[in-house]
Amino acid sequence: MEQTQTPQMIAQQLVAGDTTTVRAYVKSGQPWIWLTAAAISVAFITTVALLGLTAARGLPHFWPADLLQARYEQPGAAPVPMLAEVRSSEEVTAARLLDAGLPVDPQRDLYERLLLKIGNRDIGGVDFRYVVSDWLVDRQTPADAVVLERIEWGNFHGFLDAVVVDGNSVAGSEAWSAYQQAQRRVDALRGDIRRIEKKQIGAINYELERLRLQARRLEIDGKTRESHPEAFAPLDRRRDEQGAKYEALRAELNALNRDIRRDSVRVRTVDGQQRTIALAQLVHGYRPNRMGVLDKTLHFFGKVWEFVSDEPREANTEGGIFPAIFGTVLMVMIMSIVVTPFGILAALYLREYAHQGAMTRAIRIAVNNLAGVPSIVFGMFGLGFFVYFLGGGIDRLFYPEAAPAPVFGTPGILWASLTLALLTLPVVIVATEEGLARIPRATREASLALGATKAETLWRVVLPMASPAMMTGLILAIARAAGEVAPLMLVGVVKLAPTLPIDGNFPFIHFERKFMHLGFHIYDVGFQSPNVEAARPLVYATSFLLVLVVVLLNVSAIMIRNRLRERYKALDH
Amino acid sequence: MSGVQSKTALAQGLDIDALRREQAGAGIDAETIAIEVEGLNLFYGSSQALKGIGLSIPQRKVTAFIGPSGCGKSTLLRCFNRMNDLIDGCRIEGQIRLHGKNIFDRDVDVAMLRRRVGMVFQKPNPFPKSIYENVAYGMRLAGMNRKRDLDDTVEWALKGAALWDEVKDRLEDSALGLSGGQQQRLVIARAIAIQPDVILLDEPCSALDPISTLKVEELINELKNRYTIVIVTHNMQQAARVSDYTAFMYMGDLVEYGNTDQLFTKPKQKQTEDYITGRYG
Repeated sequence: MEQTQTPQMIAQQLVAGDTTTVRAYVKSGQPWIWLTAAAISVAFITTVALLGLTAARGLPHFWPADLLQARYEQPGAAPVPMLAEVRSSEEVTAARLLDAGLPVDPQRDLYERLLLKIGNRDIGGVDFRYVVSDWLVDRQTPADAVVLERIEWGNFHGFLDAVVVDGNSVAGSEAWSAYQQAQRRVDALRGDIRRIEKKQIGAINYELERLRLQARRLEIDGKTRESHPEAFAPLDRRRDEQGAKYEALRAELNALNRDIRRDSVRVRTVDGQQRTIALAQLVHGYRPNRMGVLDKTLHFFGKVWEFVSDEPREANTEGGIFPAIFGTVLMVMIMSIVVTPFGILAALYLREYAHQGAMTRAIRIAVNNLAGVPSIVFGMFGLGFFVYFLGGGIDRLFYPEAAPAPVFGTPGILWASLTLALLTLPVVIVATEEGLARIPRATREASLALGATKAETLWRVVLPMASPAMMTGLILAIARAAGEVAPLMLVGVVKLAPTLPIDGNFPFIHFERKFMHLGFHIYDVGFQSPNVEAARPLVYATSFLLVLVVVLLNVSAIMIRNRLRERYKALDH
Repeated sequence: MSGVQSKTALAQGLDIDALRREQAGAGIDAETIAIEVEGLNLFYGSSQALKGIGLSIPQRKVTAFIGPSGCGKSTLLRCFNRMNDLIDGCRIEGQIRLHGKNIFDRDVDVAMLRRRVGMVFQKPNPFPKSIYENVAYGMRLAGMNRKRDLDDTVEWALKGAALWDEVKDRLEDSALGLSGGQQQRLVIARAIAIQPDVILLDEPCSALDPISTLKVEELINELKNRYTIVIVTHNMQQAARVSDYTAFMYMGDLVEYGNTDQLFTKPKQKQTEDYITGRYG
């Protein structure tokens, strides 16, 4: 039966009925919007929090905090004068302090506890100390307090009495400027020494080692100095040349070393002990209590720069982490260069050439599952296959003269990169396959109909159009590889690498060398460091930097992808 | 021939052999034949999509294939440049001779065949490259790389496709920025740039607006002076407007083939008449 509806009735129906019930609310879709928004908010907040926390915990390490002079009067013990930076403060229950053997009042609930960096590890044995805030009395910030950063033993906190420049002692108000001048001179000398030791003598050593190996090679070939003097003569001549060069440099180096040891400073600790420190031992010195905000800011950025550009000292707890940044980036680049063509070729075969049957499906499942294999297993595989089998084989075939020392048969940056390439291969394959699948059939047919073979179509049309997808795969691969640590410990990462994998000695890239890595550096500084308190901010700072490096690598890949997308945006219509 | 066909034909009370003779010739002289189809059966897996097709397509004329959706007209068209080779489980029996040479022979180079037999698809499918590179694509494939030759041919092809005046100032712009009708003419320019003998048009106007359609139809009229054109269309007015010969297909059978005027005014088969008068399809 058909009902006749008046226009008014129809108009009435258009007015929303109940808008207050839960049902109407669910139907409106609002909860769904909130739910999706909440999910993305959590993801976003996590990212920001991660960066924020690591930055907030890591970066203050580089800020030159004021030096606090005070007397620590622990009841029942002799008062101790202190000159320290306040690193952190926290509320601690009295019970915990009692457990620690401190004579606190058990009636009181909470005490404030300070973590002080007292420096002078060579004198007191420790450079960090927890104190109860209430017992730290007579606090002041003396303007003349100095912090001297040393190559060994960490920072010195105290007062500058005099500077001995070329046998003449400068004391009093002139001392500080004399010190700064002397420090600049020492810095310049240290730069020279470093250049000679690292670059020039390093190159000579490298060359000598090559000559030794060449001679060894001749011996393996059955030639002796007696039977083939003509083969050994040029080697000997070159060795003598290098030796002469070395002697000249040695003399220069000795002179510089004498020069750098010339000056020293006489300092006094807060409890009156006097010390003489050679200026060659000092990296730099500053008087934080006299520095304004601007000075401190400059100092801060100087320290940050030192952190990212210098080599580590003192079991990685001082100095910078440049080799680790360099190693991380280089490894990711080698990995990208390997994994991209491999992954693309594999995906091309799977998607374009293989018959899409059960076998192909099985292979595809296997590839996808490869992405789920724990990374340490890849590390084991890398060690067993790349290092021992491939590397060992290469050594036997091409480097018999180096035996028993391995060349490629030991963990190194090449094997680490290859291991990570294997690890990230599924990501690239899957992303590329998806990209290939998205190329419209019509576009392929257009090419084929113009007389292109399948290979030509792939090369000229399909691959360029799929390139953004390949970049997506590479981005994911980089993100995964840059953060991976576990497998690297087996195939090439070390705590301290004496040389970078790239230097000025032929062949310039040394694939067999071990390298440092930010991820492993975090682990090493955090867990293996002898100086926990000194290491803690470095762990955060290094983490922050690692995240930054990953972000930078990703952003550059994303920029490349966006350019490719712009060029091949056919898929959007 | 297969029993299936004979049964269909018998059910319709037709003399199948006489019909085939007539269709195959359609009053076309032997020396002007460009493509000759004989006994063509095509199977997708176990289902048969084309049943014993036989017809001759004349040189430098427009031949239209009409019929309801799924009748096999596009499938037949795609046989002429062997695009069906790409489809898994597609099996072909019979012969298609292009100027006397069976294109299914083992010694035929499919890429070369496709250079001789160009194709334009239903939806415009330019490459995501510049207008210039789209037209030059086929020439680059053929190994032509001299800039001057390419420039000349690109201009000639774009003029041939009546697109030159619209795009001559923006040859380096992306082809994807063109309108649908311009894209379809670009695709035609791309096809004629390699100077084929035959151009296959697979419903070239179905995605275009009426004005673009008109332009493409005018273009087809121009092109038939130089090329043999085979067009698939579901638009009977279009077939009547542009073609010299028309084949009506139904369910994989070639029902009737002949001069367009004759087929539209005096169809010999009841099925054809029903279809063109709009009684089904």
